[in-house]
Amino acid sequence: MLDDPAAELDAAAWARVFQEAADLGVLQVHLSGGEPAARRDLVDIVASAHGAGLYSNLITSAIGLNERRMLALRDAGLDHVQLSLQDADAGSADHIAGYAGGHERKIAFAGIVTGLGLALTINLVVHRANIDRVEAMIDLAASLRAGRIEIAHAQYYGWALRNRSELMPTRDQVDRAIQVVEERRRGLVIDMVVPDYYARRPKACVGGWGRRSLNVTPSGRVLPCHAAETIPQLEFWSVRDYPLEKIWLESPAFQAFRGTDWMPEPCRSCALKESDFGGCRCQAMALAGDASATDPACELSPFHGRMRELASADAGAPIGAYVYRGR
Amino acid sequence: MSEAQPRLAPGVRLHFDKTRDAWVLLAPERVIELEGPAADIVRLCDGTRTLDQIVDALAVQYTADKAEIAGDVADMLAELAGKRLLL
Repeated sequence: MLDDPAAELDAAAWARVFQEAADLGVLQVHLSGGEPAARRDLVDIVASAHGAGLYSNLITSAIGLNERRMLALRDAGLDHVQLSLQDADAGSADHIAGYAGGHERKIAFAGIVTGLGLALTINLVVHRANIDRVEAMIDLAASLRAGRIEIAHAQYYGWALRNRSELMPTRDQVDRAIQVVEERRRGLVIDMVVPDYYARRPKACVGGWGRRSLNVTPSGRVLPCHAAETIPQLEFWSVRDYPLEKIWLESPAFQAFRGTDWMPEPCRSCALKESDFGGCRCQAMALAGDASATDPACELSPFHGRMRELASADAGAPIGAYVYRGR
Repeated sequence: MSEAQPRLAPGVRLHFDKTRDAWVLLAPERVIELEGPAADIVRLCDGTRTLDQIVDALAVQYTADKAEIAGDVADMLAELAGKRLLL
């Protein structure tokens, strides 16, 4: 959900949040958006994250960042930059992103980042329009001297749910992509999140609800995951109203699905419940209409068969027009 | 190879986690807990010392026999390099 810029926390508020996060035991902060470079005080924000002792990662599309700004960010203590590329080919990449010239800009930006000695991860979001070029995309990321490559198969909630019939790959395409990555990761650090719509058991989304991470929106609402606002019954607390530790421990949104006591069957009796925590609440909401249901990625979900059917039907349909976020 | 001066890879930082009372390496999307002398070994990997010099410094610090610790230190550095945390 994109917040109104006027409602955003100022740099002083972020400094307080970072200190509270560090005191809570948080080790790493990922600065994201929208586009974090749209904040004019981004250097101050990074400096305060660093001052709190947090490892900082900037997740950016490169728009709004030049060498001068990157140098200032590096000197403010920024540890790492994550840049997404949409494809190996500029034409396709620009179409997927909905931004003409974006791809070349990003390539130039990668050079600035590595030239300044900053660590770079290139994130490749994989789906039907580019999945057959995974190897070329990895080659491109390697040529840009990324220290690490992240491959994320699109998950189907939020904007990807709206575009699912344009994005869903076939089972064979997914298997081939996984094979390519297994071969290439001998020489490169490649982290891959495999798609679970062809899986039998779900992933432990965010490492379990309210276990490993939290998300603070630009206006200060604290979420258990970036998509949690898609679950209508949750009550989120704001850092404007409470200290971060209190929110983490006590807010209704965090307590709603923490641990395993909230689980209905079949999760409640499942031997894997402490490993996968029933999968993704947001995916359960999107596909089963109930945030406490078993994630349909699990074959024990009554919706699993339907999810497989939808995946095959979508994968077989021709690619139409994308619906872009924010337009 | 023996003249190499190991250092942490870009974006990798040694950090003391007060909450968990442990030394850790912070890296992109990873936190690696360092046990026992591992943090002291990593601290010596600042790009100015060869493996030999690192072992020398540790032998002094731990009042240990150089020959005894050299193998373990080399193994640890190889493990970190394998994870691409060390150059």
